[in-house]
Amino acid sequence: MEAKLNVEEIDLTMLEELLEGYEVGDESLLIPLLQAAQGAYSYLPMPVLERIADHLKMPISRVYGVVTFYAQFYLTPRGRNTIRVCRGTACHVRGGPRILEELEKQLGIKEGGTTPDREFFLETVACIGACGLAPTMMINKNTYGHLTTTRIAEILDSIRPEEEGDQDEKQ
Amino acid sequence: MRSNDKRTVIICHGTGCVSLESPDIREAIEKEIEKLGLDDVEVKLTGCHGFCQRGPIVVVEPEGIFYSQVKVEDVTEIVHSHLQNNKPVEHLFYRDPVTDEPIPHYQDITFYKKQQRIILRNCGHINPEDIDDCLAAGGYQGLKKTLAEMAPKQVIEEITRSGLRGRGGAGFPTGRKWEFCYNAPGTEKYIVCNADEGDPGAFMDRSILEADPHSLIEGLVIAGYAIGANEGYIYVRAEYPLAVNRIRIALKQAEERGFLGQNILGSGFSFKVNVMEGAGAFVCGEETGLMASIEGRSGRPRPRPPYPAISGLWGKPTTINNVKTLASVSIIITKGAEWYSSVGTEKSKGTAVFALTGNIANCGLVEVAMGTTLREIIYEIGGGIPGGRAFKAVQTGGPSGGCLPSSFLDYPVDYESLAAAGSIMGSGGMVVMDEDTCMVDVARYFLDFTQKESCGKCVPCRLGTKRMLEILTRITEGEGREGDVDLLADMAETIKDSSLCALGQTAPNPVLTTIKFFRDEYEAHIKDKRCPAHVCRSLFLYQIDPEACKGCGLCMKNCPQEAISGERRQPHEINQDLCIRCGLCFDVCKFGAVVKV
Repeated sequence: MEAKLNVEEIDLTMLEELLEGYEVGDESLLIPLLQAAQGAYSYLPMPVLERIADHLKMPISRVYGVVTFYAQFYLTPRGRNTIRVCRGTACHVRGGPRILEELEKQLGIKEGGTTPDREFFLETVACIGACGLAPTMMINKNTYGHLTTTRIAEILDSIRPEEEGDQDEKQ
Repeated sequence: MRSNDKRTVIICHGTGCVSLESPDIREAIEKEIEKLGLDDVEVKLTGCHGFCQRGPIVVVEPEGIFYSQVKVEDVTEIVHSHLQNNKPVEHLFYRDPVTDEPIPHYQDITFYKKQQRIILRNCGHINPEDIDDCLAAGGYQGLKKTLAEMAPKQVIEEITRSGLRGRGGAGFPTGRKWEFCYNAPGTEKYIVCNADEGDPGAFMDRSILEADPHSLIEGLVIAGYAIGANEGYIYVRAEYPLAVNRIRIALKQAEERGFLGQNILGSGFSFKVNVMEGAGAFVCGEETGLMASIEGRSGRPRPRPPYPAISGLWGKPTTINNVKTLASVSIIITKGAEWYSSVGTEKSKGTAVFALTGNIANCGLVEVAMGTTLREIIYEIGGGIPGGRAFKAVQTGGPSGGCLPSSFLDYPVDYESLAAAGSIMGSGGMVVMDEDTCMVDVARYFLDFTQKESCGKCVPCRLGTKRMLEILTRITEGEGREGDVDLLADMAETIKDSSLCALGQTAPNPVLTTIKFFRDEYEAHIKDKRCPAHVCRSLFLYQIDPEACKGCGLCMKNCPQEAISGERRQPHEINQDLCIRCGLCFDVCKFGAVVKV
């Protein structure tokens, strides 16, 4: 396991507060609890997993198994902004793969990677469900539709910290 | 002249319109109305109208004036001209894609005219965040009737007589499913709504959750009452944050009004609903995988039997229904089984909801009576293929379905006909593909999807899809060999026969149907090393047409490989040894001078 990767000290205070809302030993709470913990820490560091396993009275191997089974759990820190490129069918036939390629090129990372400045994390998702706007992507909670390769630079610029504006707030 | 009727400005707040900034439009309209002191105008947010491509959508009721692709800059004009002076703004009307005629009224637009909306009856009309609006539209009438007049057995009989079949794709009769669970021994039972809409190219369930969450909750409570469950789950994809939010709001409001919780409407029946968010696994749409996920485990399917009706969640009898199935329940109870079964075909009753997408003029959510032909859906409602290009195929059923060529356009849409054609009804994805789509690439695309989403538990699915993907990738890269097509077909049959769950059993369908109907495209890739649709990069080239090239230099400036050269105002040229076929030159050329050969 990659536990030793997380050399930085993890402050578990936030987790302890969270745990109060989850009954000790109730295994069915594992996934919601992992989601909540990831919401707080932005990823799932090993000490957090260990504490959760302890709280729900299950072996760490089971927790680790679940975390690695589901695509939306992350064991390593991600960029501040998450870009999710849709690889749905409608996006595929309308040029979605080229949008991903353009993002990879401009950010200098591959799908699943984080930029060195930790600004962007890039991944693909099965389908955002905004097929009417294909090709699409999400940055944090915002959906961007009718994308073209020529619009990517402008969109990325609008997210970068120089141009402020918290994307998460808009819904 | 101002009319005296109180008017409502409806602003769509589905995911599509929100991403096109409908909340800003709403804010601007509210501000402008306040500024002018128009106190006879109400502003209302709704869920999806289904015509996402034309978003953001603004409708003014009661006259039903339909504005599409509205921008914040248009707001002043709409408020001043239409709302204050009663002069609708003509240049913002929707225009017919064929005749270019402006069409002011919602109901006259061909996209809506041919639809029959039963499941989507309230979508785009009510405010999903306001239960009073839902109640005014007849919400919870079915539940009231159920609890006041009907025994559980009668509810099941009514649903059985209506002919309602599961909208998740397989089409199992809903009444019978409920009956199995009702008859199963035990007092602790569960009802689960499968809202883990994972098929790429499908967003029917998301739209219902966002636009009319109460219809689903009502159906869930009625189903719980019928089978004898006091607890229900809604398992929804985490990729749908807005839907999750609206469901939570709706649940809270339903509880406040006594439609959920202890002793519902004084009937003695109690029911509780839990929302569970998925964590990004397609296989959790399979019912046994979904239950494992709710129990807090990895969502790997298990063999059936035992079926969930006998041993489901935590080993208790459980019924699992799709969103659209449950959203149909209340109106069947209210209007009766006879009314419902009068719609549709002999074996497929009611309506089907499709997410019509891909290379189509009118993308969006479509609900039609079962038995409507593919041609009516694609050409009349969908407005055909844009850009004068030819139709090539229609894909239904997502990664489990198939691609049908134009010879099937007059086939009726129902469970039996689509299965006979080699595809499936599926949960409602319908992706239209034009002549620029490569069918080998489409098959590879779906296999790539299923291979990644395979849970890995059984060998045929885990390794079989991987090997098939390798062969398909090879073909699209120009390395196809004689005999590959037969090998693919052979493996496909084996995987279908021997996989554990529906994911593996149906994964080969896109490959089998493309081989069956588009074998010539496979042959062109393998024998002629040519991709007829110019999609597979190793099998075509970009060239500059010297006649059309104006020598503006834009392509040269954008080429990441510095593969383009040429003097100003002289035709440019692409060095094929350097070109990586990224297609940027093709995108930026304003003269259509970059061509694929």
